[in-house]
Amino acid sequence: MGNVVFIGVAVLVVVSAFFVVTARNLVYSAVALMGTLFGVAGLYVFLYADFMAAVQIVIYVGGILVLIIFGVMLTNKIATPVLIQTSMPNRALAAVVVFLIFLGLTTLLFRTPWHEGATVAPEGTVATIGQALLTKYLIHFEVAGVLLLLALLGAAYLSRRENG
Amino acid sequence: MSSFIDTIVDFLVRLLGIPQGAAGFMLILVAVVLGVVVFLFTAVNALVAVYMERKVSAFMQDRLGPMEVGFWGFRGGKRFWGGIAQTLADTFKLLLKEDIIPDKSDRKLFILGPFILYGAVFCAFIGIPLGYGMAISDFNIGIFYVIAISSVGVIGIILSGWGSNNKWSLYGAVRSAAQIISYELPVGMSLLLVVMVVGSLQFHDIVAWQEQHRWFLFHSPFTIVAFVIFFLSGVAEANRTPFDIPEAESELVAGYMTEYSGFRWAIFFLSEYANMAVISLMTAIVFLGGWLSPVGGLLRLFGVPEGWYYLDGSLWGVFWISAKAILFIFIMMWFRWTWPRLRVDQLMYTAWKVFLPIALLNIFFVGIWELIFA
Repeated sequence: MGNVVFIGVAVLVVVSAFFVVTARNLVYSAVALMGTLFGVAGLYVFLYADFMAAVQIVIYVGGILVLIIFGVMLTNKIATPVLIQTSMPNRALAAVVVFLIFLGLTTLLFRTPWHEGATVAPEGTVATIGQALLTKYLIHFEVAGVLLLLALLGAAYLSRRENG
Repeated sequence: MSSFIDTIVDFLVRLLGIPQGAAGFMLILVAVVLGVVVFLFTAVNALVAVYMERKVSAFMQDRLGPMEVGFWGFRGGKRFWGGIAQTLADTFKLLLKEDIIPDKSDRKLFILGPFILYGAVFCAFIGIPLGYGMAISDFNIGIFYVIAISSVGVIGIILSGWGSNNKWSLYGAVRSAAQIISYELPVGMSLLLVVMVVGSLQFHDIVAWQEQHRWFLFHSPFTIVAFVIFFLSGVAEANRTPFDIPEAESELVAGYMTEYSGFRWAIFFLSEYANMAVISLMTAIVFLGGWLSPVGGLLRLFGVPEGWYYLDGSLWGVFWISAKAILFIFIMMWFRWTWPRLRVDQLMYTAWKVFLPIALLNIFFVGIWELIFA
């Protein structure tokens, strides 16, 4: 049963990711991306990372995807031009690069010594994450916080009227 | 604490003597049935709430509201029972109405939009318990799950606004996106305070804490502030007046739903009232003790020993949580018919310069409060 659901989620991720890159309309790509992001959240659930799954949804679907669609919407008439690369030499080059990346990823996939993860749901993922963030990874956590604050201030500064 | 769905599956498996291998399919079956139940719940909720809204608004404006489609024979006569079947008639009208999809609209997105909006609210219902052990699925991260999944609904609004290919719809969608993203922060921050005190994201733990101590509304001055911020931001997330600028009738015709008619428009309505129910239930659970009986709490204060007159227990729990939620739905309607709409800039000002700083300070102070008094 779990397998059936897992295959369903995996197919959702792959198929919608395929639509993201092949759709000729940016908004359609964004909608397909929603399927991918939900599928990845589903994969987190299979890894017993329930908190990560919810974070995935609230940040990527509720935040970043909304921002992408927002940006596309405000850009006038972006739906009309064909967004697919049409120049032949570029396409050939892209094919080579993509093939090399695919080769690298598949060899990585088969060479990595995978070890079996936990098969029993851990007790309370949230408390563990919180404790790790405030003890072992405190500096990383603080640095990430400062970085995000800087990004926020920078965006506010750039969008002020006198700076165009 | 096993969830509702596991209990039902276990019961059915034992009752019908199903082999262990088929239990998974039983789970799917039960999930589908419960999904239909949630759908019916939202539909009935919308039916009742629309009628309630019309009557509440009418009495607030010294009118009578709907009073022709219904039964007149009961006590109170035409004035109270006259319009009782009005929303039922409206539903039939909406279902039979011609489904218009504008020629120049983006057909796929136009159709998809309302369903994403409704899907988000529907998924939120799955995590909300309606009594002790009465959540369809009792997540460890319950409160965070509900916030996360309801943040998806805005995508439906944006897609339907953009897909309509109408400037009013687009303006409505843009405003809605900005509004919902802004008000998500105060909602999260004010809930964080409760989570800090309880130390768990699970709805059952939050209510259990309130059973042992006291309701969060009366816990400390900071939780009262958090309650006010949470409820007002919730009203904003549900796009209700005074925060209904995404569908401001006087400026934008009907915002993102301008081009919709018939059944698709009904889905927007269903989502709006379901959203109100989600926010009211969340407020009731987090700040007013959910399914705990107020009678029991009062009697305990005066030292009366426990007994039947406490009016608690599973069915009474459903009654109390519904009563509290209906109270909040009524307050939302009260807001709508007494307050004027905010301007766009005032809306952003309220979210970013009033609610968010207060909510952040609140978290800081509640930490100190808990250190001293807990």
